[in-house]
Amino acid sequence: MIDLKGKRVLVIGERDGVNGPAIEACVKSAGAEILYAETLCFV
Amino acid sequence: MTFPAITAVANVLAHAPGLVRYGSKPLRDAAHAPATLEAIAARLRPYEDAVAYGPNQAFIGNLEPEALASLPRPWFDALDRGASSAGAFGDLISEGELLGLLKLCDRARLVHLDADTLSDAAARLAKRGIVTPAEMEALTPADGPAIDALCRGGEAIPLFLDGRTVGAIARGHEEDEALTANVLLENLAGKATGVLALRRLLTMVEGRVAPGDVDFVLAGSEEAVGDRYQRGGGNLAKAIAESAGLTGATGFDVKAFCASTLYAVFNAAALVQAGVFSRVAVVAGGSLAKLGMKYRAHVAKRMPILEDVLAGIAILVEHPRPGDPVIRLDAVGLHTIATGSAQQAIVEALVVKPLAKAGYRLSDVDRYATEMHNPEVTEPSGSGDVPRGNYRLIAALGAMRGEIPRDGINDFIARHGMPGYAPTQGHIASAVCYLAHALRAMRAGTMRRALFMAKGSLFLGRMTDASDGVSFLLERQGGNP
Repeated sequence: MIDLKGKRVLVIGERDGVNGPAIEACVKSAGAEILYAETLCFV
Repeated sequence: MTFPAITAVANVLAHAPGLVRYGSKPLRDAAHAPATLEAIAARLRPYEDAVAYGPNQAFIGNLEPEALASLPRPWFDALDRGASSAGAFGDLISEGELLGLLKLCDRARLVHLDADTLSDAAARLAKRGIVTPAEMEALTPADGPAIDALCRGGEAIPLFLDGRTVGAIARGHEEDEALTANVLLENLAGKATGVLALRRLLTMVEGRVAPGDVDFVLAGSEEAVGDRYQRGGGNLAKAIAESAGLTGATGFDVKAFCASTLYAVFNAAALVQAGVFSRVAVVAGGSLAKLGMKYRAHVAKRMPILEDVLAGIAILVEHPRPGDPVIRLDAVGLHTIATGSAQQAIVEALVVKPLAKAGYRLSDVDRYATEMHNPEVTEPSGSGDVPRGNYRLIAALGAMRGEIPRDGINDFIARHGMPGYAPTQGHIASAVCYLAHALRAMRAGTMRRALFMAKGSLFLGRMTDASDGVSFLLERQGGNP
């Protein structure tokens, strides 16, 4: 378990898995600061 | 209420190992590390292996996708040497034939092919019924020294066959970055494979529908045709229609990343339903940029580079005749802006909502066609089994809704899903590649309905963070319940 409060986070999500905005929302709710967020598509 | 029908679908492939080096990823890597090209050349597979490859046989209709589940992995080692390049849904043409088609489709006189390659392609394509001898004889071959001079001078890039330079494609302008030889090759590859699919479609309805009877063409490919002032100017639809002899048609392109072709299909149906046109063809050519997209993983795993084929598809949408499956325009699934990006919300928008509109539950759909990418292509690079991932999402949502028992997810996937079999040609792998199979099954009476769901990664273009997607139900007439 990682405590994300106060951490700075780079978010890389995946289109067919967990996408960037979803990860961003979770990480933000845990008190982290989002520096960068992107969703990738591998197909 | 009656809805427009899908009356014919052509699925085609073109083997293109010599063009893998011009795919986006190989091209970028080779610019920094020329040894990349040797590594790629060592892992390219011959035409016979591409024909004998199960997923390709499934794509062109000689094998049901479901049959792949019982084929031992890796599929590239389970080749069927008796397999034919003539599929029930269309052909898997050789690279020589593809080069001939590039020449035939080139109205700007930028493609140069040597005489042997051109005459061999003409004979093979004519034998398949794709071209007439007369139209191929009207093409002028180039000689070897002229081809070499064009390439040496930087005006053109070489075209290869079995490792030899047999032709070249020249740039369209000295300065225009939208008309470089590489861009034009990408666009022309999309056009040529679209023409291959549309011409094959016309042979399927020959005697009932003449080329001049098609009113309109919608194209949903991945290229960006244009010039420096309008890079994505478009209307490859009309260019393809012209090369397929649809003299009574015009058309336009639908652009929505990998969801383009599925958007085009339901828009074609809407145009027929509205009475604007009686007969609309949807067409999509292949994506050269995606050749060799995951070559690094394939080379590292010492397996064949499987992204060595361009795909094409053509779909005819008309008023229904007895036996034709219809597109349920009253139950189109759309990813609206308010839907958001959460996977649960996306699946609800594209699966649950359209089914609810039609009065169905998840288990009322015989087959779900989603992102049907061949897992053997994607797994080596860590991208996973994309269709299985999508099936799990659908089944998990069904479990949350109480439609599927929580321990019944795998059973649901086995009953309503199928293995991925499409080459990673995004817009074609995105569900539409299963239309031909569904049409065949519904005509045979072995399937009532299928749901087609495509996703579009429009966030890749940096104009939005939003996702996208579209879905529709294809249903046998009188398919209720």
